[in-house]
Amino acid sequence: MTVLTEDTEPQTAPAEAAKTAPRPRKRLGTRAYKVFRVAALVAVVLFLIAPLFWMLLASLKTNVDIYDTGKSFFFTPTFENYANVLQRNNYLVFIFNSFWVAFVSTALSLVLGVPAAYAMSRFTMHRSALVVLMARVIPGVSLLVPWYYVFSNLKMVGGFEVLILSHMFVALPLIVYIMMSYFDSLPLELEESAQVDGLTPIGAFRRITLPLSVAGMATAGILSFIFSWNNFMFALVLSGSKTKTLPVAIFDFVSYASIDWGGLMAAATVVTIPIMIIALFTQKYIVSGMTAGATKG
Amino acid sequence: MSVLTPPRSAPTRQAARTPSAGENFSGWANRHRKWLFAAPAMIFVGVLIVFPLAWTLYLSLTDSQGSVRAASEFVGLQNYLTVLSDVERFWPAVGRTLSFTGVALICEVVLGMCIALLLWRPFRGEKWVRVAILLPLVATPVAVGMMWRLIFDPNIGFVNQLLGMVGIPAQPWLSGQDTALGTTIFMDVWQWTPMVVLILLAGLTSLSEEPDEAARMDGANAFQRFFFITLPLMMPTVIVAILLRGIDALKTFDILYATKGKGGGSFHEVETLNVYAYGLSFDYNQYGLSSAVLILFFMIIIGSMWLLTMRKKAVSK
Repeated sequence: MTVLTEDTEPQTAPAEAAKTAPRPRKRLGTRAYKVFRVAALVAVVLFLIAPLFWMLLASLKTNVDIYDTGKSFFFTPTFENYANVLQRNNYLVFIFNSFWVAFVSTALSLVLGVPAAYAMSRFTMHRSALVVLMARVIPGVSLLVPWYYVFSNLKMVGGFEVLILSHMFVALPLIVYIMMSYFDSLPLELEESAQVDGLTPIGAFRRITLPLSVAGMATAGILSFIFSWNNFMFALVLSGSKTKTLPVAIFDFVSYASIDWGGLMAAATVVTIPIMIIALFTQKYIVSGMTAGATKG
Repeated sequence: MSVLTPPRSAPTRQAARTPSAGENFSGWANRHRKWLFAAPAMIFVGVLIVFPLAWTLYLSLTDSQGSVRAASEFVGLQNYLTVLSDVERFWPAVGRTLSFTGVALICEVVLGMCIALLLWRPFRGEKWVRVAILLPLVATPVAVGMMWRLIFDPNIGFVNQLLGMVGIPAQPWLSGQDTALGTTIFMDVWQWTPMVVLILLAGLTSLSEEPDEAARMDGANAFQRFFFITLPLMMPTVIVAILLRGIDALKTFDILYATKGKGGGSFHEVETLNVYAYGLSFDYNQYGLSSAVLILFFMIIIGSMWLLTMRKKAVSK
């Protein structure tokens, strides 16, 4: 899987050797470093992947095989756990719930957040931005008690609306943060020349800036979808039996007397696989979103 | 939307006030677009934050418990006194929160810097390593918690199996009173070191190569170049990484609740402030006390963020 040989070394090594004159100690050092680097990278990859691989293996074992340490890697795979989880435990409903809540809260947050980020970036509204970003700092529990009180009085707890609202609360600051740094990096001249050509400021935003920001919005949207999909605490308190999301469903799995490890691992795999597939195809966006604003002074 | 309205300038403001209603709205919208754009999001966040926060502050001054609807009395700072003199649950929780965050952050930044340096220069197979880095980052924390529960299980877990092969006796890991917190820190390091790597890598790639090159010419070795050139230049990025990761680490809830359940385990082994406050609110319905804990917790978060921001300003100069 990992062929970790140096790519650029052949070009740079001779030049370097020429620069520093023939010193064998140095060349030995770089070769030792090359070996070390490959070994270290393999170790890093193993460290990150092995636990996930183990989870996948366990989800394909019967519970008898999970308890048999002799069958760690060699066993007859079975899809029984998945069949159990998907059919008997309503997981298809939970998958839909998770998807729906993540999708709607992301879409609404983009509608609210993108124009706000634009205004905050163009008019350098730092104090206003701080208000929105505060939402990232406040511990969620301190919001849950009042929310729970108000929403249960409004008979909204257990409905999708309240879950979507609470997830928007996570998504919106994230989107504003990412889009602000995106708009900051977008040159002003394009909009200005569009306005000289007769567009109104809002028209310039709509027809010039927005189309240019598709990549930024994709970044913000994908990350906010992932965060919503993974969110546990808000759904733990605010979801009902009909709106339960996947993380809560997995948590409920262990409240039974003895743990059905195979089923639990199948459930855990079911929740992580969709998000990992999305991540594989949108890698570029996720990386740029995670590092947004990190390298500005 | 009128296409004919020229860009804003002194005479435009007059021109925008044309008799037609559509023109009027468009002109108004364009002149007030700053707040028109920003207000909805700010109102949304404001209503969902300011009101709950004010309420939490109010609750922290009452003896509210059982049900938020039940009558409660104003007790002044009583809750704060109770909490601050509670050496059984509150102060240990503060200690655990700080040590969880501190140890996890140190491991993540040191490991993250090492991995970022490994990845800095291009190599074949880079794509695969980047995928591996991304996977823990996007995995659902609750599922990750369950995964580690199986791997660290004292009887059937793979970790003890592995230790057994090299002759080390089985460890209790998550079920041990002394080892549980360390094990959860390990999980946090596994999941979030990749984020630190991504941030630091973005910082490294944006560095100019000249200072490093000049130091190389002057005969500085790799260690000298890292500690005297690269690291000082990277300090602002390192602090951003600590800031972003630190906020989330202080508030860690999912993996702790998923692996140890209510109250952070039967001996409160992994009960951090967030888990403690959640338990007080939703497992024991002690709203007055939990609100006091939350306000204090919030002050700790704001305080540490403020310290880091000050530090960053000092470093950036």
